Amino acid sequence: MSPQVAGQLELLGQVLISGVLLGGLYALIGLGMSLIMGVMKIINLAHGELMMVAMYITFWAFTLGKIDPYVSLLIVFPLMFLLGVGIQKFLLSPVMEADTVLPQGQVLLTVGLGLILSNLALLLFSANYRSVPVSYASKTIYWDLHVGGQTISLSFSYPFLLAFVIAGILGGSLFIFLAKTDTGRMIRATAQDKRAAALMGVNTKRITYITFGLGSALVGAAGALLDPVYYLYPNIGGPFTNKAFVITILGGLGDIPGAVLGGLVLGLAESLGSVYISLGYKDAFGFIIFVLVLIFMPRGLLGRGRI
Amino acid sequence: MTKKNLLALLPVALVLLIPVATQSPYLLHMFILSLLWITLGQSWNLLGGYTGQISYGHAAFFGVGAYATAIMVKSGQPPATAWWGLLLGGLAAAVIGALIGWICFRLRGSYFALSVLALSEVLRLVAVNWRQLTNGAEGILFIPAFTSKTYYYYIAFALAAINYGVIRWVMRSKPGYYFLAIREDQDCAESLGIDTTRYKLYSLLISSFFTGAAGAFYMNYMGFIDPGIVFSIPDISIMMILVTMLGGAATKWGPAVGAVIFILVSEIFRVWVGSGHLLFFGVLIVAIIIYFPSGIVGAIMDWRARRRRAPAAVPAA
Repeated sequence: MSPQVAGQLELLGQVLISGVLLGGLYALIGLGMSLIMGVMKIINLAHGELMMVAMYITFWAFTLGKIDPYVSLLIVFPLMFLLGVGIQKFLLSPVMEADTVLPQGQVLLTVGLGLILSNLALLLFSANYRSVPVSYASKTIYWDLHVGGQTISLSFSYPFLLAFVIAGILGGSLFIFLAKTDTGRMIRATAQDKRAAALMGVNTKRITYITFGLGSALVGAAGALLDPVYYLYPNIGGPFTNKAFVITILGGLGDIPGAVLGGLVLGLAESLGSVYISLGYKDAFGFIIFVLVLIFMPRGLLGRGRI
Repeated sequence: MTKKNLLALLPVALVLLIPVATQSPYLLHMFILSLLWITLGQSWNLLGGYTGQISYGHAAFFGVGAYATAIMVKSGQPPATAWWGLLLGGLAAAVIGALIGWICFRLRGSYFALSVLALSEVLRLVAVNWRQLTNGAEGILFIPAFTSKTYYYYIAFALAAINYGVIRWVMRSKPGYYFLAIREDQDCAESLGIDTTRYKLYSLLISSFFTGAAGAFYMNYMGFIDPGIVFSIPDISIMMILVTMLGGAATKWGPAVGAVIFILVSEIFRVWVGSGHLLFFGVLIVAIIIYFPSGIVGAIMDWRARRRRAPAAVPAA
């Protein structure tokens, strides 16, 4: 193998690795969205803004309390859960019962909520870009491969790798929770058929609170994990809301395992696209796949979503 | 023409006389912006309010309309010829609308809403990155054709009036009833033989055409656009929803009432409060949805309907 081919392979391997690592975080964002979508049948257009809130919590915990972002997950997760429960209980649930001309009153409400959260952050914390400068931010782990007489050296960013592992643990725990516990079964029952679940004695209202809480906590965890490798600013939510619904559509609306696949696909698409096509259009690649999926496989990549 | 119709013409005549009454550029600017937002609100209302297809990304059409005419001016046409650019802007937006509608209206629910949102983001990225065509993030700047705001006032008025007339006409004819049927119950509409995909597309075409024309007007009037302004989700897409909901979705005059209040409140924030207008509008959206879902005009109509019914409920003595 010539050194040029080895170099190309090295680049491709590197791009794939960063795509998958990023995709792990995207999967976590998508899981929260898909869970909410599955149970409440609404798209949460404040999803990215919730992530922004979690990022600021992590940022202030690090700046004021010197708490490591990965440790602050222990604070972020319950706080975001409570915030989600509060939003569902006091804002979204009352709208479910209201009679309106416009459909999707709850989705419109999440739009308003997103506007409130991002502008509140703007007023409180200013538009400055901030970051969480952890000591291990640029630490990398190398992995040398010997192929055909050439050495291909792949690097793994330490914080990204850690984030990927934690995202995997959280995602795995979510699946076990949904499959094995009573509450998890009730969530799945409500997602399948709300009325039937209510008739079987499931307190569906309580389940919607828990679901929105879990969805917020998951995206909040993604925010905390993203903090050491990204920067944060009040309007960061919008692009991530867009990513979240692209992931959800890729996986199929309401398809929870599909969201993991959707996250990985989006991560890979952005990573491959920005290296091989154009960096400026990085955020557009997800949308292009999104449109293709809409035209050719509207039930999502796994073909199991609702139309 | 009946007496009632003549009376209805009176406020129209008053609005037409505003530039005669005042030459203050500031006041005229406020009126022009209100008229522009009336057009935007009415366009959104046709698709979202009457047809029930919520769009979170109408900035896509606004931006395409604005850029279509701006690129024309940039490529050497004098701004004055850009007046027929209003038509061009509308057509460009309608083409984009046809494309996205053709893809999404076969599907139900959130697909259309999300696709338009995605589309407006993609178009913004294109406008930022395709520098040869759009000047990228710098935007396009030129000297407007007219110095007097009076011309712009009448053009904005004509646009809003034509938009109002077209929507009234459509809503009184067969397609209008189909739109309402689709909003109320799509399965039912389909079972009655309405081609729901096609009529949703018609509604989108009209809506996107006028939104694009409004975008073209905006760029002619302001003399400057950049991708962040015309493809803005909070400042254009969400505010179009707010204007419609505030006035009353699916009502004749709702968007107009909403637009005037919206411009007034924006101006109050700009002059006295400074920052935080988007925060206020966010709270307003949430409050309207929870406490005031019919909007201002809708609430007045509800109240009048109740009053009319009330005497009948009293048993005859």
